[in-house]
Amino acid sequence: MKPAAFEYAAPKSVAEALALKTRYGEDAKYLAGGQSLIPAMNFRVMQPTALIDLNGLSELAFINGDGDELRIGALTRYSAVEHSPLVAERLPLAVEVVKHIAHPQIRNRGTLGGSLAHADPAAEMPVLLTTLSGRVRAESARGSRWIAAADFMLGPFTTILEPDEMLVEIALPTLPPGVGAAFQEVSRRHGDYALLGAAATLSLGTDGTIAAARLVFLNAGDTPKVAGLATTQLIGQTPSAELFATAAQAVDGDIEPMGTLHASPDYQHHLARVLARRVLARAAERAQAQPVA
Amino acid sequence: MQITATINGKPVISEVEPRLLLSDWLRHDLGLAGTHVGCEHGVCGACTVLFDGAPVRSCLVFAVQADGHTIETVESLGTPDHLHPLQQSFWEAHGLQCGFCTPGILMTLKPFLEQNPDPTEDEIRHALSGNLCRCTGYQNIVKAVQLAAKGPSDTRVLD
Ligand SMILES: Cc1cc2nc3c(=O)[nH]c(=O)nc-3n(C[C@H](O)[C@H](O)[C@H](O)COP(=O)(O)OP(=O)(O)OC[C@H]3O[C@@H](n4cnc5c(N)ncnc54)[C@H](O)[C@@H]3O)c2cc1C
Ligand code: FES
Ligand code: FES
Repeated sequence: MKPAAFEYAAPKSVAEALALKTRYGEDAKYLAGGQSLIPAMNFRVMQPTALIDLNGLSELAFINGDGDELRIGALTRYSAVEHSPLVAERLPLAVEVVKHIAHPQIRNRGTLGGSLAHADPAAEMPVLLTTLSGRVRAESARGSRWIAAADFMLGPFTTILEPDEMLVEIALPTLPPGVGAAFQEVSRRHGDYALLGAAATLSLGTDGTIAAARLVFLNAGDTPKVAGLATTQLIGQTPSAELFATAAQAVDGDIEPMGTLHASPDYQHHLARVLARRVLARAAERAQAQPVA
Repeated sequence: MQITATINGKPVISEVEPRLLLSDWLRHDLGLAGTHVGCEHGVCGACTVLFDGAPVRSCLVFAVQADGHTIETVESLGTPDHLHPLQQSFWEAHGLQCGFCTPGILMTLKPFLEQNPDPTEDEIRHALSGNLCRCTGYQNIVKAVQLAAKGPSDTRVLD
């Protein structure tokens, strides 16, 4: 299990990295945390001709609280998000989600940008981005553009990024008072890729009824699956266990799980119904705990 | 490519091919065979070393990426005559049998105990979730960590 030979470059700026990508061409890869790319290279599933190592780009490792969103650099490691007081205060959902990703040793290397660019349907970061309707910014020698979460992932391991584009920044909207959020997943062992997972946000009006709800599934299809059928019936209702149990029955029409080695599509459907009920209930509790002023 | 890194406190200059994994550089070029290699795809944790003080999989880092950085391996802990408190505790609590997983576990636990000097059992199990042991069983490993946290001379944990 040894990677095939490749050329290696460690640029010191984004501009230099982009120029190197243009020079090396399509068979070159950016190397971020390496926690997906290097295993694939060790197996020789991937044999890039060149690696452009982004780890020297300290300009891409930052977490800023900008108005009603967090701006996070693409090279920010999971562990930086997990231990950031700013994220804990402004977007606790992100901390809750990141703790489910792999193990501490992998979170010390793996990056948010790498996970999003990798676009694994079983990964947590794409689900977080989708749940919050966040955006990502890509740069190339041709310029810079923002891409909405809904447009970013096209399929398993496929994004809308052009070969010469680099992910540089992620914008995650924070949740105002009155909005509760929750994430849960089921995996065989803590830190393993999940068999299925679910994230929910839920906002309550001043009268305590549900004003908006969003429910997104992990590993329930090609890309993060937004459960529109299940959530439309929540609007205007008062949160209750019965309401969420009924809504959870509707998720079957929202998802298309493909089955994994350890879970049949039937079992994944079952998990989706159970997790939908749980995350909606928890999001509602959290929304009630900090009502709109 | 020529790289310079600080390995276990000493500067090392070396000529490496870009595709050389950090784990192989440590073991084959530098003779630091205490870092074990189990799966080479990030799952088992046997190859865990400290990279600028934080535990990482050395099978998922290239040696060239260590250029300018600080690496600590299990050889940095203690010597047979002067075991590190963690090593002493693993000895006393029978926290190892074949020892294959032990170097990765010790390098995971060193910064963990520095940051959480008095961890709960849950925290210990969570910290160890990325390290597989196939023969000792985790009970004694958890006990060894509790012993290390109390100080290896406090054998009440073992009763
Ligand atoms: C044992 C193990 C368990 C894991 N469990 C989980 C899990 O439960 N959930 C989960 O989500 N992940 C898991 N992972 C994967 C981990 O989260 C990876 O860190 C992540 O998928 C990729 O991020 P990275 O920074 O390591 O990217 P890399 O591996 O460096 O790169 C991944 C891909 O993205 C590209 N890329 C990287 N950065 C950029 C950029 N800025 N712009 C454009 N392209 C870029 C690379 O060229 C490559 O194609 C696990 C990994 C291991 C080894
Ligand atoms: S050898 Fe590195 S994690 Fe198994
Ligand atoms: S002691 Fe043998 S694998 Fe852990």
